Amino acid sequence: MTSEETADRIERRREGLSHWKWLTGVWLILTAIIEPVIYFLIWPHLPPGNMTSSARGAQFDMMVLTMIAAPVMVAVLAYFAYALIVFRHPKGRPLVDGPPLRGNLRVQTAWITITSAIVMGAFVFGTYELIVPAGAGGAEGPSPIWTPASHTELPVQVIGQQWIWTYRYPTFGGFETTQLMLPNNTEIAFHVTSLDVIHSFWAYQLGVKADANPGVDDVAFTQTNQLGRITVRCSELCGIWHGAMYGYGEVVSPSAFETWAKAMERRLAPATRLLPPFAWTYTPSANGAGGGYYPQTDPYYDKTLYDQGRSGPEGNLPALRVEKSQRVG
Amino acid sequence: MQQSVLTALLGSAIGYLVGHWLGNLIASGYPVVQSSGYNNVAIVLGLCFGVVGWMVGIGTMNYPLAKLVGREPVPESPTEGWTRFFKMTLDHKVVGMQYIVGVLMFFFTGGLFAMAIRTELLSPTTHYWGPDTYLQLVSEHGTIMMMMATSLVVGPFGNFLVPLMIGSRKMAFPRVEAASFWIFMSGFLVILAALPLGGFNTGWTGYAPLQTEAKQGMDCYLVGFAVIGTGMILNGFNQIVTIVNYRAPGMRWTRLPIFVWSMLATSFLLTLATPVFFGAVYFGALDRTVQTAFFVDAHGGSSFLWENLFWFFGHPEVYIMALPGFGIVAEMLPVFTRKPLFAYKVGAAGMFGVALLSFFVWQHHLFQSGINPDMRPLFMLTTELISIPTGFIYLVGMGTLWKARIRYTVPMLFCLALYFNFLIGGVTGVYLSDVPVNVTVHGSFFVMAHFHYTIMGGLVFAFFGGVYYWMPKMTGHMLNDRLGKIHFWFMFVFFNFTFFPLFIVGLLGMPRRVFEYAPRLAHLNDFSSISSFVLGASFLIFVANFVWSIWIDPKPAPQNPWDSKGLEWQVPTPIPYDNFKRIPIVLADPYHYGEPDALPVADLGGELGLASVGAAGPSAAAGAGTSRTGAGDGQSRIVGGGPDE
Amino acid sequence: MPKAARLALALGIFVVAVALAVIGAMAYLRSNPPNVDYAAGHQSGQPVHLTIQTVGQIGFGAHPSWVSYLALAPDGRWVHSTLWQLPAHTLVDVTVYEYDTGGPLRNQVFGSVSGVIGDDYVLNGKPVRLLDSNSGNGVAHTFSVPALGINVPLWGVPSSAKNICAHAPCSFSSVHNVITFSFRTPGPGQYHWQCLIPCGAGFLDGNGGPMQSIGYMGGFLKVVDA
Repeated sequence: MTSEETADRIERRREGLSHWKWLTGVWLILTAIIEPVIYFLIWPHLPPGNMTSSARGAQFDMMVLTMIAAPVMVAVLAYFAYALIVFRHPKGRPLVDGPPLRGNLRVQTAWITITSAIVMGAFVFGTYELIVPAGAGGAEGPSPIWTPASHTELPVQVIGQQWIWTYRYPTFGGFETTQLMLPNNTEIAFHVTSLDVIHSFWAYQLGVKADANPGVDDVAFTQTNQLGRITVRCSELCGIWHGAMYGYGEVVSPSAFETWAKAMERRLAPATRLLPPFAWTYTPSANGAGGGYYPQTDPYYDKTLYDQGRSGPEGNLPALRVEKSQRVG
Repeated sequence: MQQSVLTALLGSAIGYLVGHWLGNLIASGYPVVQSSGYNNVAIVLGLCFGVVGWMVGIGTMNYPLAKLVGREPVPESPTEGWTRFFKMTLDHKVVGMQYIVGVLMFFFTGGLFAMAIRTELLSPTTHYWGPDTYLQLVSEHGTIMMMMATSLVVGPFGNFLVPLMIGSRKMAFPRVEAASFWIFMSGFLVILAALPLGGFNTGWTGYAPLQTEAKQGMDCYLVGFAVIGTGMILNGFNQIVTIVNYRAPGMRWTRLPIFVWSMLATSFLLTLATPVFFGAVYFGALDRTVQTAFFVDAHGGSSFLWENLFWFFGHPEVYIMALPGFGIVAEMLPVFTRKPLFAYKVGAAGMFGVALLSFFVWQHHLFQSGINPDMRPLFMLTTELISIPTGFIYLVGMGTLWKARIRYTVPMLFCLALYFNFLIGGVTGVYLSDVPVNVTVHGSFFVMAHFHYTIMGGLVFAFFGGVYYWMPKMTGHMLNDRLGKIHFWFMFVFFNFTFFPLFIVGLLGMPRRVFEYAPRLAHLNDFSSISSFVLGASFLIFVANFVWSIWIDPKPAPQNPWDSKGLEWQVPTPIPYDNFKRIPIVLADPYHYGEPDALPVADLGGELGLASVGAAGPSAAAGAGTSRTGAGDGQSRIVGGGPDE
Repeated sequence: MPKAARLALALGIFVVAVALAVIGAMAYLRSNPPNVDYAAGHQSGQPVHLTIQTVGQIGFGAHPSWVSYLALAPDGRWVHSTLWQLPAHTLVDVTVYEYDTGGPLRNQVFGSVSGVIGDDYVLNGKPVRLLDSNSGNGVAHTFSVPALGINVPLWGVPSSAKNICAHAPCSFSSVHNVITFSFRTPGPGQYHWQCLIPCGAGFLDGNGGPMQSIGYMGGFLKVVDA
């Protein structure tokens, strides 16, 4: 190697280093500004609020992901901005080729290592945040494995049907209503099911979402810890009135909830008697008023299904509280 | 009468009527048909027979049918003039250009539907369309766009460029190639036929059992995806066979242009993922026509079955829509930076890494469905892992830009826009893959904005970059630079204005596909809607540019206007029917910028009036190989007569 | 012709062609059933009389075998529409003539009446609060406005009857039930109403076809300031 070539190499290296210094400096300054902004200013306003344990968890996770993503995005954008300004081809000059860099083992190794580390970190964090807070308000299917430690959840059955949500409270005689009322400071177990097509129960402020599948009991847990109003929307396309399939609910104090539930149980007792016995899933009458998509002679099918509708599996039902006085008459 | 698109239309009409008559003959007595007034058997058979009629009418069946009955088939002669674009042709370059017009028809139609959707969302509670009409529009938009996006690059550029880039005279199966295009176009007619049949209201995901109870337009969705899927499988395996077997001597795997790598990876996805979906739409059609119960829970089926089959295809399909964009961008970057592609092998490996992993992530669409809840950490892992090979495209891009000589041409601007858009799309994808955060963002406008950032912000931007880049080679005319830049800036700015607010709207609690939303979200939605109208109008600038540059003020483009070293630029414009007079001998990869000792990309042979391309012979190895030779004398059209391979 | 003019011409032709296609498609897609206007000429303070009928088979139009609602317009014609324009903050007295046969509800909870004034409604002259759709004629349809909490199940006619109406509008000579109830309209807005019993015969769960079409089993109460 001639001394001229060596000098050239050193010169190029120095130039490269100065580019890196600039870039690192810009990145550090921007990151130092953005990270506190995310932590202090943006975190408290991130959705879905902190009305329940799962909502608060989702908010925290979103903050952490944003704190991870922001430096990455800043790095990439700063690099592009820098390169596009500094490395542009001056207008009007004859076309010259750039340096023939076909790769750089250190850069490539560093890239793969860093991205892998970020990804694995996000995975470990996400898994922890999923498992420890009992499924983080997400759907856990019919036999959840990550459950609240206390095992004192209030079961609330959410029934999706085209195109309205109804709720059954099995510990209050199994009455069914279109109002969603929840007691504060309570573990709630939502049992979401559907009578026809796939819906998705999205209680926005609760940080809960679970698909309502026909014939499936889909469980999601959360713990309320703030009073307030809830918006429920359907977030899986379910037909013409999907956009109008929303409703409101409320988290009230435990005593107010108790009063409301008992009053409803009493008031709705005649209607409750007409409902199918409480179960995790239901198979409605296939006849309906018109119905009749499948032939009634289907040998697979029980005739009672066509006439009355039927409850689904009944294993591990919560104890129904039956008060004698209501059953009279 | 010569067979053309007119005979194809005639054939499809006859086929539809025959199928419809047959369906009525079979099923008009079914009790469900009588009580619902819907004979889905007739519609499905009509559509299937119509597609067959279309394929017979265009002439794709002539050769195989003649063989079948033992006649000596008449080989299709190369056709001349503008009418060849409306006929079946064996010229891969014509098929590529047909595909461009075809996908643009899909794209503009889908875009009009998109603007119709945004019109409804201008107001939270006042309805411009009825709720059922709104869902038809949403579903048509989604389905048309997804159908388009699966072929957006593999169709036009895959067919046009792959033989040129690997030094072949043709695709491996030219008749299959033509069939894949024409069946793709019949899918366009099938999916639009849904509108007069009452539309369908399931969105492009077509979830059962909503699908089972939907109107007759649903049959068009099922048959349409089967038809498009056939085209995807045919095109995909044609690409694989061509790339593996038709590479010119010296075109080693390490010299393969990165775009061809992306086509290869995409084609594997096309051939492996699509058949699964083909089965799913078949089940769906059976449920709707003869009352089987694949997806009906109460009769022994499961609504999860459709979700699984659909997304087992649907997630690889998402990468069918990403990889070609990466390929185009990585192909163009070296040209406009005058540098070799950085980390070429990592880039190619990344594409195959994405392709492989994409088969193991589908259940992240079902995180909140209640199926396999204990598998969610695994699918969270695979989903996040896929961001590593996807990130390689950034490594490749950023490395190539390092100390580059960047020329801000129109194609380069589209390339850079992909990097910006896909960054946002990719980072939001990590939010979606995180199960606890997914609880909030799943099924909301956040998802919708995310995949528009990846598919439109990625693939569609790359496609338009490719159109501006390769148009001189395809048509012999450059697209106007200034109009191109205006088009780019309108599209880029208003794309971001349209979709960025929708992330916020989704985070604030607006589910997808709703016609009513909370009044507090009205301002953001209005901003997005108005931006979307400007975004739509920006494509008028593209049309204007096209009309201006091709017909009104045509200027012959130089043979190699961008000074690229790619093999496809070394052939004369217009490209002879057989591409290469002699099969080239590939000497180097097409990225040896700034390497004065490198050999030229290929030895094309210097005889027979192709002297201008012969500059790349081994004897000229000392030259940089970037000579601007102009159209040269390669204008004469050479039809047939080349030596056999 | 200068080049710019030629470009303008070509673009103009393109835009006009697209616009014609779009306008044609829009005219087709926006072809809603007509508004039945009860708000025009309404005297404030007076109740609005809304008379509707439900039929098992509409008997005409694009889907003659479908179930449907019809409304009696103020000019005395029966209109095949489910878009009803009502004045805001007004008492609405509803009379339903129900001509369809019934069956079991998919969810029995919709056998109870809610959201109407007085908690009861009147079925053939008798007050009713709760219907058991598993017995007797069953429930044919419901009139439900989720945003207003209204749910009124409509008792079916006996399926053994000889004179079941098969062509709308039906007359009193066909077997029918008369249902009356009242509710008060809220402030202006579009409130959707629907049927909550699967009545689309020949569709899975009975929830397709008419159940998912404006003009048959769902529509809007367009409440406007009088």
